[in-house]
Amino acid sequence: MNSEKLSELKKLAAEVRLGAVEAVYNGKSGHPGGALSAADVITCLYFSELNINPDDPKNPDRDRFVLSKGHSCPALYAAMALRGYFDISGLKSFRHLGALMQGHPDMKTIPGIDMSAGSLGQGFSCACGMALAGKINNKDYRTYVMIGDGESQEGQIWEATMFASHYKLDNLCLIIDNNGLQIDGRVEDVMNPMPYESKFEAFGWNVITIDGHDVEQICDAFEKARSVKGKPSVIIAKTVKGKGVSFMENEAGWHGKAPNDAEYAQAVKELTEYENSLN
Amino acid sequence: MADKIATREAYGNALADLGSIYNDVVVLDADLAAATKTGIFKKKFPERFFDCGIAENNMFGVAAGLAASGKIPFASTFAMFAAGRSFDQVRNSIGYPHLNVKIAATHAGISVGEDGATHQCNEDLALMRTIPGMVVINPSDAIEARCAVEAAIKYVGPVYMRFGRLAVSVINDNPEYKFEIGKGITLAKGTDVTIVATGIMVEQALIAREMLASEGISAEVINIHTIKPLDTELIVASAQQTGAIVTTEEHNIIGGLGGAVCEAVSGICPVPVVRHGVEDVFGKSAPAKDLIEHFSLNAKGIVEKVKLALTMKI
Repeated sequence: MNSEKLSELKKLAAEVRLGAVEAVYNGKSGHPGGALSAADVITCLYFSELNINPDDPKNPDRDRFVLSKGHSCPALYAAMALRGYFDISGLKSFRHLGALMQGHPDMKTIPGIDMSAGSLGQGFSCACGMALAGKINNKDYRTYVMIGDGESQEGQIWEATMFASHYKLDNLCLIIDNNGLQIDGRVEDVMNPMPYESKFEAFGWNVITIDGHDVEQICDAFEKARSVKGKPSVIIAKTVKGKGVSFMENEAGWHGKAPNDAEYAQAVKELTEYENSLN
Repeated sequence: MADKIATREAYGNALADLGSIYNDVVVLDADLAAATKTGIFKKKFPERFFDCGIAENNMFGVAAGLAASGKIPFASTFAMFAAGRSFDQVRNSIGYPHLNVKIAATHAGISVGEDGATHQCNEDLALMRTIPGMVVINPSDAIEARCAVEAAIKYVGPVYMRFGRLAVSVINDNPEYKFEIGKGITLAKGTDVTIVATGIMVEQALIAREMLASEGISAEVINIHTIKPLDTELIVASAQQTGAIVTTEEHNIIGGLGGAVCEAVSGICPVPVVRHGVEDVFGKSAPAKDLIEHFSLNAKGIVEKVKLALTMKI
């Protein structure tokens, strides 16, 4: 990937972060921590990896993306708005009565959301169904799904892990947003699902571990995943919860809390300064 | 009258037959294909059958993803696991996005028999009908089961179908029989009481009607194969004529057909409603016929409830 594209992705990721924080601030509730940790991967999906067209969101040949950790939707909404699925001003109505942007993704209200998600552990299975449909129908599209590492404590995640491997869903790419924190604290203290690498290898998956904030590594990982046949791929994206906003970084308390006016101003300042530094 | 046949058997046969016409139909099971009878489909269309192993929650999610990609998935397991274990998956991955998934649950009710309470789901109708937009169908015999499967394929949206393990009589083998989702069927006219029956209790309601007739009591019998959307119009019109209702179902008397009928008539046509079914207890192990007797899920049990209802008429 050329350096121009990489720097464009970095700038877009900064804008996705700004949009996510704006949504949570205006919604006066929501989940900034996981949205910020997932922002780089989501940006690379929507602006580089996914074969999609915002003007034709139901095209049967499109790539699919399921945000199984649905609470991180502020980043998804921001990326989709920037990609042209809907007007970015919609972020201001996040979680308001009558808003397009529900607290968790709703495929019925937003064209382009491939699956409603929010109850943890479920979106991964739905993505398996989409990938299986692609196999049945001899379609070339790929299906991407992101889970959180707290989410990987759900038993259904491992049911889906078995299923994808059993049916050799090499058109499926799982991303684990491995930010290491969940509501009650450090993932390894609450209920340790790690190490992921050996578990997924044991289940028959192709495993790729990357820095989930390095857009070059993210794009390379997608390319590697595409090239592996006969088994599904998982990208373990090492991330920082709250990435990009100093006082939110690595703080479990920012999992599901909206910033107040002063905090919002500070977050916007930091993210804007970072974006402006990218030239 | 034809030989007895279980509605699960009719389901498996219908899937295999209709699979030739409806190419988008795919079938998922959770290691119960021999019992749910999806194995009949598997034998004919192995490339359209996917065993998910003993992992029901993932199965319903996979079904949702298949439906979101244009397939018409039938996902089968026992009613206990479909409606019970996987309620969250059915609600959030299928019901909320209103996806075109057909949940075909077998081994419902106490007629499961020897496996006992852990496998006898008497709560599924109550659970499934609280999900907005979910169609809930409980066929009374093999003919109705087959019609339900075809109607479910043609209908776009989530459908829960309840099938039984026990071989039951064929009662709908007449040329006028017509199945329409949401439309109850008046099987016999009467003036003193309306018996609203569903599933395997429909046959018992017809037998009860004969028993009542010999005592000079005239009972109307309505077959409600679709619990949701409920044919309120038909039930209310009958209740207005007879002034009393007895509901009968192989299900807890809380929340199923009885609950639905009470909700329907209370606001429009408040008449006494006596609910016949499993009276808020768990099942137990025994041959199905012994359990049916034990829980009075038979014509005699219905007759007793009718007499109670008649004492309550204003």
